[in-house]
Amino acid sequence: MCLAVPAKITRLEESGQGTVDYMGSEVKANFSLVPKARRGDWVIIHAGFAISVLDEAEARETLQLFKDMADASR
Amino acid sequence: MKKISLELGGGGRLMRDFIADRIIPAFGNSILDELSDAGLLPGGLAFTTDSYVVDPLFFPGGDIGRLAVNGTVNDLVVSGAEPLYFSLAFILEEGLDGGVLDRVIRSIRGAAKAAKVRIVTGDTKVVRRGQGDKIYINTAGIGRSVARPRAAKIRPGDKIILTGTLGDHSLAVMLARGEFGLVSNVRSDCAPLLFLLPLWKRGALWMRDITRGGLATVLFELAERIPYPILVEEEKIPLSRPVRAAGDLLGIDPLYMACEGKAVVIAPASRAGELLRRIRANPLGRKAAIIGEVQDRVGRSGELLLQTASGGLRLLEPLTSELLPRIC
Amino acid sequence: MKELRNPKAIRKLLGDIEEIARLLSRPPRIMEVCGTHTMALFKHGLTPLLADAGVEMVSGPGCPVCITPAGIHEAAIDLVAEREGLTLAAFGDMTRVPTRKGSLQTAIPGPGSRIKIVYSPEEALDEARRNPSRQVVFFGAGFETTIPAIAFTAKRAAAEGLDNFSILPALWLVPPALRAILEAGEIAVSGFIYPGHVSAIIGAAPYGFVARDHGIPGAIAGFEPGDILLAVRSILEQAAAGTPRVALEYARAMRAEGNPVARALMDEVFEPFDAAWRGLGTIPQSGLRFREEYAGLDAPAKQGLTVADAGRDLPGCRCGDVLRGIIRPEGCRLFGTKCVPDSPLGPCMVSYEGACLIHFKYGRTRRPSP
Repeated sequence: MCLAVPAKITRLEESGQGTVDYMGSEVKANFSLVPKARRGDWVIIHAGFAISVLDEAEARETLQLFKDMADASR
Repeated sequence: MKKISLELGGGGRLMRDFIADRIIPAFGNSILDELSDAGLLPGGLAFTTDSYVVDPLFFPGGDIGRLAVNGTVNDLVVSGAEPLYFSLAFILEEGLDGGVLDRVIRSIRGAAKAAKVRIVTGDTKVVRRGQGDKIYINTAGIGRSVARPRAAKIRPGDKIILTGTLGDHSLAVMLARGEFGLVSNVRSDCAPLLFLLPLWKRGALWMRDITRGGLATVLFELAERIPYPILVEEEKIPLSRPVRAAGDLLGIDPLYMACEGKAVVIAPASRAGELLRRIRANPLGRKAAIIGEVQDRVGRSGELLLQTASGGLRLLEPLTSELLPRIC
Repeated sequence: MKELRNPKAIRKLLGDIEEIARLLSRPPRIMEVCGTHTMALFKHGLTPLLADAGVEMVSGPGCPVCITPAGIHEAAIDLVAEREGLTLAAFGDMTRVPTRKGSLQTAIPGPGSRIKIVYSPEEALDEARRNPSRQVVFFGAGFETTIPAIAFTAKRAAAEGLDNFSILPALWLVPPALRAILEAGEIAVSGFIYPGHVSAIIGAAPYGFVARDHGIPGAIAGFEPGDILLAVRSILEQAAAGTPRVALEYARAMRAEGNPVARALMDEVFEPFDAAWRGLGTIPQSGLRFREEYAGLDAPAKQGLTVADAGRDLPGCRCGDVLRGIIRPEGCRLFGTKCVPDSPLGPCMVSYEGACLIHFKYGRTRRPSP
């Protein structure tokens, strides 16, 4: 699986194993590469591993940017 | 092709070439040459057959038995025929659990009853352990033509109706194999499309059920038959959440994923609205939508174009290589 | 994230891009080096929209399966064909790469040997745990996005003392490839889109030399249409202002410093070496191999397998030139005629991230009617 998608952590065990929810589907994931991640965080999943934690403030900013651009465009 | 490859069964180009290069030259006649889902016989009968090799046998939303009835029912419906009489043939693997077979038989009975078809003849063979994968089923169906599909009447402006979400069957079977470490509540959409039969008298010109190869393959086959390009709007295509998610996670394109209870219906613009309403009135058609049209503004004859969500325009290609083996 | 596909926002960005492109002294040519970016550009029909806005997009070596030389693919085939009771686990597209020995899919396995398609290196490790009497080899190809996952899996295997698991590595580093492309000077590039998820691992600093030493603008981008256009706009703004840098246009998913935990893991298990890439030749410090402490996990060593350095592509295949960005897939005589997804002649037509496959499946675009 070469793709990487943002998904929400639903289960995170001490061992680093757990699951994420992606649009209602649950996927097994390994969180050893993102030790600071917590349940409820959004992460980027690639090849069964979380490689990065999403910055929700940045995400909201980006979404707002695009909403504004869509509104500005006629 | 020296050796048969698994990809041949995928419903894509290899299969079409196989039919064109080996089957038609051997057997070609005016009925077979139409390459409809069912042979349309003189005297108002339609006749079709299909074999079912799905693995695993049971999956959320269905099983091989239900598939074996509904798949053949649907081939008749989209060919303009009311399904009536079926044959049922089993190839069983030595060692198959009797309880499993009973479950499948019960399932076939339930599906046949729901589809109002009678099983009037059949056959059973048993092969050595290891020479067949548990159960293979073939059904052949005879139906009474209520209308003839008329691809020749299709014109620019005619609408393309999709009766519901794509890919649910495909995903349900894949996940039932436990291959992906992915859990979702997707269920196969295996169902009889009898509710589409009355639409033949209400303006439907052409129908196809969406099986192996998905929507793209069905529309590509239509594009090959008519002298106008087809335009589909990505945004209008209904997808369930699990299929959307699997598409992103696994890189599989829902446009090529098999269904077992969905169809494409072509109708003139003046009739499409009413047909859509009728389809949506049925529980199996709640998510139906007009997803595109036959047109002659962009593209060339034989082309299938996709307008992407972002406003781009590209050609859709027919399925080339085997997406997933043994899903139907 | 569907706002990042909103056609009105896309149109607005394209308008900005067209305006800035007109200010530049030369029509801009921007290279991306990530198969997922290539895919996004084509799937969403962005390439012709950008061309209409005056920007030419070019693909570089963004497909790890494609740049893995034939010799390594053939070594994988040898493993399956010549060993008994061996499971070769690999990502799906790798099993269809054609070589002079056929592909993994068509190879006749040795007695009891087989191929297993997996979606994660951990699945391969699991297979080894569940089948202690079988040798399991994970054929892992990837850039820095995938390498930490493979490193973790290797470390786990070592920690558990699993003696039936090993990895056939095909691990490639992006910044050295950029360096090689710039030094080869075969193609004039006015800007780079850097791969968002590789960057989530390595951060922004490794691309710094592109701006500093070559004066070429660049932006790290995500994979939605909006992400890519934001990056293109940033690149053109940098060019217009004469201030090349490495812009972070994917701040929601990556930090400037990357992922130090992932990098430490990569560094613990692997060391860089001068690796031979399909098409680009040997690039200094561009590949990763197991460090000595982990040599027991290296499949060639463990299985006594010789890996031919480069091997040879099938005749006429120009995958290497496509990877260098000097031709488009359409520039190869075999594209769409003898080389099609059903019967591919090279990895670029097989891999999900291969430029030829992407151009074939998604690249036939049309202009929307006025």
